[in-house]
Amino acid sequence: MSAWFDIIRDALKRQDVRLVTYVPDNVLTPLIRAITEDAFFTAFVCTREEEAVGIVAGAWMGGTRGIVLMQTSGFATLPNALASLAVPFQLPVLLLVSERGTLGEFNIGQALVAKTMRPMLDSIAIEHHTITRLDECDFIVERSIRQAVATQQPACLILSPLLTGGKVPTP
Amino acid sequence: MSGFSNRPLSRADAKVMARFDLTQRLVALLKHEEAVIGGIGNSNFDLWGAGRRPQNFYMLGSMGLAVPIALGVAIAQPQRRVVALEGDGSILMQLGCLATVANRKQTNLLIVILDNGAYQITGGQPTATGQGADIVAIARGAGLAQSAWAADEAHYEEMVTQALAEPGPWLIAVRTDMQKPAIQTTRDPAQIRDRFMRGLGVRAEWGQ
Repeated sequence: MSAWFDIIRDALKRQDVRLVTYVPDNVLTPLIRAITEDAFFTAFVCTREEEAVGIVAGAWMGGTRGIVLMQTSGFATLPNALASLAVPFQLPVLLLVSERGTLGEFNIGQALVAKTMRPMLDSIAIEHHTITRLDECDFIVERSIRQAVATQQPACLILSPLLTGGKVPTP
Repeated sequence: MSGFSNRPLSRADAKVMARFDLTQRLVALLKHEEAVIGGIGNSNFDLWGAGRRPQNFYMLGSMGLAVPIALGVAIAQPQRRVVALEGDGSILMQLGCLATVANRKQTNLLIVILDNGAYQITGGQPTATGQGADIVAIARGAGLAQSAWAADEAHYEEMVTQALAEPGPWLIAVRTDMQKPAIQTTRDPAQIRDRFMRGLGVRAEWGQ
């Protein structure tokens, strides 16, 4: 079976998600590399997650599907952009979050900010799924994109350390 | 880039102009279904007041995201010119996007900054531009070489005309007065988004 990042890249391509904006994350490095090396995608780094959401929102209205890649602490900067732009304007902004703060986290700040993520998503009714298994990865990504587009609402995919290995302190 | 380079003004040298009049002049120069993204507050209300074009998008909240939204539209529709209409307080909240636009070398994007040096709709508290920060100098420092202050109304129209015809990205900053908006945008986000997408040709007429 392919690696998680190859599965996600291929699912994005099949669903015609061409624009990828991201704020870098260590765990996401192989996915960012897989995407930037594939000419199908327009992918570039942004200075803040809010900015990345705004770009994907504009691109959707212009006819191009996009996704924002970030880590948990970056997600915590997004409530206003999601609650005042993506949700009320009915924009299927796709979010992909590399989950830190759990299963071996070494930074208390990451552990605390991670606790705000799912309650925040639930509070504004954004569909979200946590991917823990390789054999479920393709199904969750593909169905989540289909639902986001069909219902004109954002969706959030959370990549668990159970899938990615997470980030561990360097010895 | 004569209009952008032959009068290298600082903020202090730029004429303070009537804000709504400048947006009316901008809209009058749009001849090719250019997209316009209005930020929040008076930049948005003035765009609404200048005529409800199908290619206008009116943000409601998400302060600071007019330029990122415009960049996204510009990436999706490279044949269309896209204008971001933003205030000084708003752009100060999201300065990093200027570097992103510069790095992208987004040729079909024009950023217009309406700078009154104040957070007018929250009570007129001073912004950093009223205390020495210069948006054009910041933009140039971020890599947007084609950035300039408008000396007066004629210079503004000259630069807008050039920015709508030649490769960007462009940034035009204007100093504006504190007039109240003539009208406020109807706050119906679903309808704003739907009309905008149809105005951009992304969707056919409803029911088709």
